[in-house]
Amino acid sequence: MARYRSFRDLDWPLLIITLIICALGVLQIYSATHDTKWHSAWWQQIVWIVVGLGLMWIVTSIDYHTLLGQVPILYCISIGTLLLTFAIGDVVFHSKRWIAVPGTRVQIQPSEFAKIVIILLVARYLSELKSDEISLRDLLKLGGLVGIPTVLVMSQPDFGTGATYMPILAGGILLAGLRWRYLAVVAMVCALALPAGWYLLKDYQKARLVTFVDPSQDPRGRGYQVIQSKIAVGHGGIWGRGVTQGTQTQLRFLPVPHTDFIFSTFAEEHGFVGVVVVLGLYFLLLMQVVQNAQAAPDRAGMYICMGVATLLLFHLLVNVGMDVGYMPVTGIPLPLMSYGGSSTFSIFMMLGLVINVRLRRFVT
Amino acid sequence: MTPIESERQQPETSRLFKDDTRFALGRIAVFQYLSVGVFLLLITGFWVLQVRDHEANSELAERNRIKTVPLHAPRGKILDRDGRVIVDNHQAFEVRLTRENLKPEHIEPIAAGLHLDPDDLRARLKRFKSRPNYIPITIKQELTPGELSFVESHRDAQTFPELDLVQTQARLYPRNGLAAHVIGYVGEVSEQELNSSDFAKYSQGDIVGKFGLERQYNDILTGVDGQRRVVVDSVGRERQVLENLDPTPGNNLQLTLDLDLQAVAELAMDGKRGAVVALDPRTGEVLAMVSRPAFDPNAFATRIRASDWKELTTDPYTPLMNRAIQAQFAPGSTFKPLVTMAALETGTIDPSFSVHCGGGATFYGHFFRCDEKHGGLNLHGAIVHSCDTYFYTVGNKVGIDKLAEYAEMVGYGKKTGIDLPGEAEGLMPSSKWKLRTQREKWYAGETISVAIGQGAVLQTPIQLASIIGGLAIGGSWYKPHLVKSAARPDPVRRAEFRSDDLTTVISGMYGVVNEGGTGGSAAVPGLDICGKTGTAQRVSLTLAKSGKVGAELAKENGWFVGFAPRDNPEIVVAALWENVGHGYAAAPIVRDVIKAYFDKKIRMTESKPPSLALMKTSPLAVAH
Repeated sequence: MARYRSFRDLDWPLLIITLIICALGVLQIYSATHDTKWHSAWWQQIVWIVVGLGLMWIVTSIDYHTLLGQVPILYCISIGTLLLTFAIGDVVFHSKRWIAVPGTRVQIQPSEFAKIVIILLVARYLSELKSDEISLRDLLKLGGLVGIPTVLVMSQPDFGTGATYMPILAGGILLAGLRWRYLAVVAMVCALALPAGWYLLKDYQKARLVTFVDPSQDPRGRGYQVIQSKIAVGHGGIWGRGVTQGTQTQLRFLPVPHTDFIFSTFAEEHGFVGVVVVLGLYFLLLMQVVQNAQAAPDRAGMYICMGVATLLLFHLLVNVGMDVGYMPVTGIPLPLMSYGGSSTFSIFMMLGLVINVRLRRFVT
Repeated sequence: MTPIESERQQPETSRLFKDDTRFALGRIAVFQYLSVGVFLLLITGFWVLQVRDHEANSELAERNRIKTVPLHAPRGKILDRDGRVIVDNHQAFEVRLTRENLKPEHIEPIAAGLHLDPDDLRARLKRFKSRPNYIPITIKQELTPGELSFVESHRDAQTFPELDLVQTQARLYPRNGLAAHVIGYVGEVSEQELNSSDFAKYSQGDIVGKFGLERQYNDILTGVDGQRRVVVDSVGRERQVLENLDPTPGNNLQLTLDLDLQAVAELAMDGKRGAVVALDPRTGEVLAMVSRPAFDPNAFATRIRASDWKELTTDPYTPLMNRAIQAQFAPGSTFKPLVTMAALETGTIDPSFSVHCGGGATFYGHFFRCDEKHGGLNLHGAIVHSCDTYFYTVGNKVGIDKLAEYAEMVGYGKKTGIDLPGEAEGLMPSSKWKLRTQREKWYAGETISVAIGQGAVLQTPIQLASIIGGLAIGGSWYKPHLVKSAARPDPVRRAEFRSDDLTTVISGMYGVVNEGGTGGSAAVPGLDICGKTGTAQRVSLTLAKSGKVGAELAKENGWFVGFAPRDNPEIVVAALWENVGHGYAAAPIVRDVIKAYFDKKIRMTESKPPSLALMKTSPLAVAH
């Protein structure tokens, strides 16, 4: 197991962009919560980031091939903790997502860490295929492996987090090479069934469907949240209202302003210009991850990086899309900006995986 | 795809773990394009909201943030002549609903919590359709404590964010319906009223006077609402006050009514149907006004329930009618003082003119009956005993048009002009009137009925009080009014009657009460009360006998009008007791009110002298 050569080989652009986004996130958490009961959240978030960097270091220092070798164990631990969540989880908003670490006040969200395991699982499974096309048997097998934790998380119920596992699987399969026939059939069925089904439904049925799939969200609040978010975003205008000056944010018309809707509050206070800058940073980060995928020494490394990239893109699309009303309210956080320990840890560990792959690109 | 295609052609063993990533580069590029697409999509979303629709969203944000709370101006209080409060206000809460945030499925639970009918609520919201839907609409006033806590606990963002509480000043009327018809009531301005010029400055949902003085003096009583513009957070907590415009309360209204007299009159009318009006004939000030049956104006202070309203409006005894100014009935014998004046002034008869009453007389081929066989009577005796035969004869001599001329002079057939809405005119027939309305000639025989206040003649209680009061003070009439004016009013009419003639009439009326006449039950020792009874048919005698009307409603109305003292009268009281059968029944009502007036006067003067005596001995008072 070769170690990386020097600090120079670290992915400095990726780290710097990550830390800038984190800093903006902390600033926004402060602004959105400075006169609420969560007023110390910004400080807490800094702690999470520091711990996250530590975890990133650890993940980086273990060769990813070693990690891939431990996938069966990691997978079993994941399923175990998810099942444990059912047994001893704390109920928050009618949903069991958290388990308390005994003897501490720390709560862990196992579904966040399961993302990493799924990325590794998909990478290992696909890289071990000795073919450039995935067979139907492998497709079903891998689908089943990812499907088990997905179903477990969705029935917590946490639709949003469970849904994030799917793009990892889909992205991996598409990269691995899906037989055109399968792809065409799957695509056509989706393309036909989804809109047809959606348009056949009445508005209240759609709302009920969404509520059915994800009852953890207050159904009455759903429309209200999206409306308030759009108003907040629009109120920002080109230049924004200024830090701590967004009325939608400060007067709490926006729910959970420091977690799920943090980007709406950012948009209100920093305007279109701020939005373009931050989305630009996220784009650079994403491209940096993709670049590492391209430079990966082997397929496994490439799959790991692309898994992270796909997950990141999905998070951005769903969370930021929710702020402008494109996406339903699913309650998934914005990576690096939203307040939260587990989600911060998991994103740093994922970026750690990417750096891990990068550091081993010259190993032969 | 060609490299991959070619690879596939190779045997499985030769590709033994050719682990590189080149095969996926194309697909990674696709991912990159996809990413660009996603970012462009998101940026477009922000561009639409932040650049294109910025103004609309800013307005929405401001509307979210800034709440305008109306500060309702209390209406002016209504006081009696001594400054005692008759109508006051009390603190109340009303609940408003903002349709912008309303979800249709919320209507049922909100209506249930506020004890409203959901259909009524929907209908109400529909009526305000023309208003922008971010302007809140009042859906219930004067919340009960239970309803108040319902609103308080449900108006958060998660439950019913459309609800909103506002403090108001609600009307508090006397509980027992005291002076209800005089005071009237308030209510929400109606569509009809909004289209009239009287209510031009009001808008939908405003509370205005609907009846009585509340209506008549609405502009004086109405204050100017203020408003508070406050910054609120998502749960409606006030964070900052932007503007605070205090309301200007409405002006108080001091009435000429005397609560003591009013109370006595109310009591005297208890359980009866009819009206009482007490005036000061020297000024036209209304001292008391009662109409029965009455209603509770407090029921109108909040929005009256449709069922209650229906009950009030369909009641056959019309409790919403102010009988004192709106009940028009034949005056009966209370018309005789006027007939006497007309006969004397025209010189048709002199006081010594005598008629023999044998229980009636025949005119123009018809027999007209009298209640009794009075025998030979002169004018004085005829008034005292209210002999119909005498007045048939006199009226026939005077003729309808002279009667009409004098009747009009004293005030029959026209409104007194009292400051209340909806006064009735009464009616005094004449040959011209008949020609105009019925295109028929006047038959001399009709004059006979008119001479005893039957036939087409109609009067209201306020007219009777005003007419007799004016005669009692020597032939001048002041406009009856309920609101005290600073200046002493001028008479609206004056009649140049000979004082001898007036004295004859007044002494006749004195006789009615004090010389064994029909109004003996109005007498009070020490008070020289003068008066006149009246027993008036409501329906024609033939119809009454036919039994086609209810026995009770077929009975005659009892009238009594009285004033005192005989010289320089200070008070005149007219009473109407519907379907009581006889005029003398109404006399005690008038007696009670007049007695109360003088009792109070004596009380006031007796309580004053000590202080006056003190003042005389006080050097300070002398210095002044």
